[in-house]
Amino acid sequence: MSENIMLPHPYKIIDIIPETEDVYTFRVETNAKVKSGQFFQVSIPKIGEAPISVSCMGENWIELTIRKVGKLTNEIFNLKPGDKIFMRGPYGNSFPIEEFKSKHLVVIAGGTGVAPVRSLLKYFYENPNEIKSLHFIAGFRDEKNILFKEDLKNFRTRFNTIYTLDRDKIEGFEVGLVTEHIKKIPFDSFEDYNVVIVGPHVMMHFAALECLKNGVNEEKIWVSFERRMSCGVGKCGHCKINEVYVCLEGPVFNYTKAKNLLD
Amino acid sequence: MSYCVSTKRMDEILKALQKDYKIYAPVRFEKRGRYSDTDLIRYAEINSIEDVVYDEKSHFSPKEVIYPITQALFYFTEDEYRESKVDDKKILIFARACDINGFRRLDTIFLKNGGVEDIYYKRLREKVKFILMECKEGWDSCFCVSMGSNKTDNYSLAVRFDGDNILVEVKDHEFINLFANEKEVEFTPQFVTSNPTKVNIPEIDSQELLEKIYNLEMWESYNSRCISCGACSAVCITCSCFNTLDIIYTENGRVGERRRVQTSCMHEDFTTMAGGWSFRKTAGERMRFRTLHKIYDYKLRFKEEHMCVGCGRCEERCPKLISFSSTINRLYDEVEKLKKGEVSRTREQASSTEEGK
Ligand SMILES: Cc1cc2nc3c(=O)[nH]c(=O)nc-3n(C[C@H](O)[C@H](O)[C@H](O)COP(=O)(O)OP(=O)(O)OC[C@H]3O[C@@H](n4cnc5c(N)ncnc54)[C@H](O)[C@@H]3O)c2cc1C
Ligand code: SF4
Ligand code: SF4
Ligand code: FES
Repeated sequence: MSENIMLPHPYKIIDIIPETEDVYTFRVETNAKVKSGQFFQVSIPKIGEAPISVSCMGENWIELTIRKVGKLTNEIFNLKPGDKIFMRGPYGNSFPIEEFKSKHLVVIAGGTGVAPVRSLLKYFYENPNEIKSLHFIAGFRDEKNILFKEDLKNFRTRFNTIYTLDRDKIEGFEVGLVTEHIKKIPFDSFEDYNVVIVGPHVMMHFAALECLKNGVNEEKIWVSFERRMSCGVGKCGHCKINEVYVCLEGPVFNYTKAKNLLD
Repeated sequence: MSYCVSTKRMDEILKALQKDYKIYAPVRFEKRGRYSDTDLIRYAEINSIEDVVYDEKSHFSPKEVIYPITQALFYFTEDEYRESKVDDKKILIFARACDINGFRRLDTIFLKNGGVEDIYYKRLREKVKFILMECKEGWDSCFCVSMGSNKTDNYSLAVRFDGDNILVEVKDHEFINLFANEKEVEFTPQFVTSNPTKVNIPEIDSQELLEKIYNLEMWESYNSRCISCGACSAVCITCSCFNTLDIIYTENGRVGERRRVQTSCMHEDFTTMAGGWSFRKTAGERMRFRTLHKIYDYKLRFKEEHMCVGCGRCEERCPKLISFSSTINRLYDEVEKLKKGEVSRTREQASSTEEGK
């Protein structure tokens, strides 16, 4: 009998870190080998299942940063350290870290979109010599919605960072959407670079256009798609766009492919 | 080897087969049809050859036999889960060529896509053998010939109902003994070679053309016609999409199950994400998605064949009388126009004239 891909397994929650009122990071015990950009199908038996990106990973754990929006996520917010959460995965492809090495990297993320790129940023934070430079633009709606405050502070020390809030004015943060800050990236001065854009659908669309306007070559842009997913393994059909299954060939796509995917 | 057997004898043979097999065929459910005084014909287990409805097309496809509308994946108790079980018996399905070919599309999704097998599908699929039901001349809505799914050799037995007798071709050695005492005849099943309905599949060979197709005004006409009920997918032999759903059995919520429930890309919430954002918001956009999936991008991905097998059930089931074959032909005409550089109305043009009014 082949392995049952739909069957989740229990894992222990070892820590819960509130990021904002409705976004918590759950540290889960597992020795699963995970690559930056991958996701798990996370569930609570009798409640439901949903895809959640890995926001950070260590020796024997991974972190899931979850926004409380519905049936499953509401219930996850009632869990305590020591409780079990069910997962299957990891699924999906990943950011091509090897390709990013020895070049300049620009990461543009909005809101919960920071979660899927967090492990990528952490990797280059730990290994700063593996990259020429890293520019990180992170945008949040307002002060209440800022995620990963500790990480953001650390990233400032090694990366060129631009943090921005849509409206609020607070110290250390610019005002405006991430797209308004893209022109500050010195693309002209890079001989070789990559750009990663992750966030809400509309934000990725306009951020990519803004990059193109600033002379970025489209092969250098990478995005991560979110789609409704019920299986994560190419069976349920929810994530399909054209001939592509986001759960299989994605969620990370090069823009040359992504721009041709017509929903 | 082929035989001529009486209906009575065939019944005995079926009885003998029932020791090892569950036997499914299109069955009449009287007065259960969509309109008053009409019958419903759908797949069910049979006990007699007389249950088999062979001279009408079934309203539902045989996919439900191995891909049920709703199916328990596993059961939860307090902190463990148990995989659902299936019957040990093997399965025999009376099916037409288009449906047998349709199962190959389901196999592709459930057993091959992504390089992993779905065990819920596999464990039933492995048990299945087909009894091909010959089609006389097909029905008005059939277009299997255009889709190349009018023929198959994937069957163990093939049958032609012929008055009080049944002609049977036995292709599978397992069943030879059952027919040892029967009268041998010359019989190989005939396949329909022409349908009243024909479709032309548009050749889409560039991204530019695809983009133009996305913007065709024709899709908009479905916004008001299609009610997004998903009936077309429910009856389609090749539609495979599902939701998963957890339910609890009891007040105290200690025991429950995770179910898989068939769904349709025609439903409004098929792509709805957290926050209510969805990617295909109008019925027209969903119609476009389904159409291109069935006659373009499935083939682009898996190479061998188009997804649609031309069984024509979708148009028979549609409460708004939307014909899929006409949709394909309409698209073909539009694509021909686009290729010739003739002006074809796009969404933008349509909406700008709207505004200009
Ligand atoms: C690859 C990938 C990675 C992801 N990573 C993360 C992550 O790291 N963190 C995170 O928080 N989220 C992530 N998500 C999103 C997450 O999967 C969804 O938010 C998920 O819906 C939450 O499940 P739920 O059961 O709590 O919400 P649901 O009960 O499914 O509801 C979520 C929201 O969806 C809408 N909705 C759902 N069903 C319908 C419907 N039928 N009609 C209308 N609206 C509906 C509602 O607005 C509702 O508020 C990711 C998604 C993908 C595809
Ligand atoms: S499409 Fe019609 S004629 Fe063709 S195999 Fe199916 S039922 Fe028979
Ligand atoms: S059956 Fe007809 S009305 Fe219903 S979703 Fe399909 S095309 Fe639309
Ligand atoms: S999530 Fe089910 S097919 Fe991709």
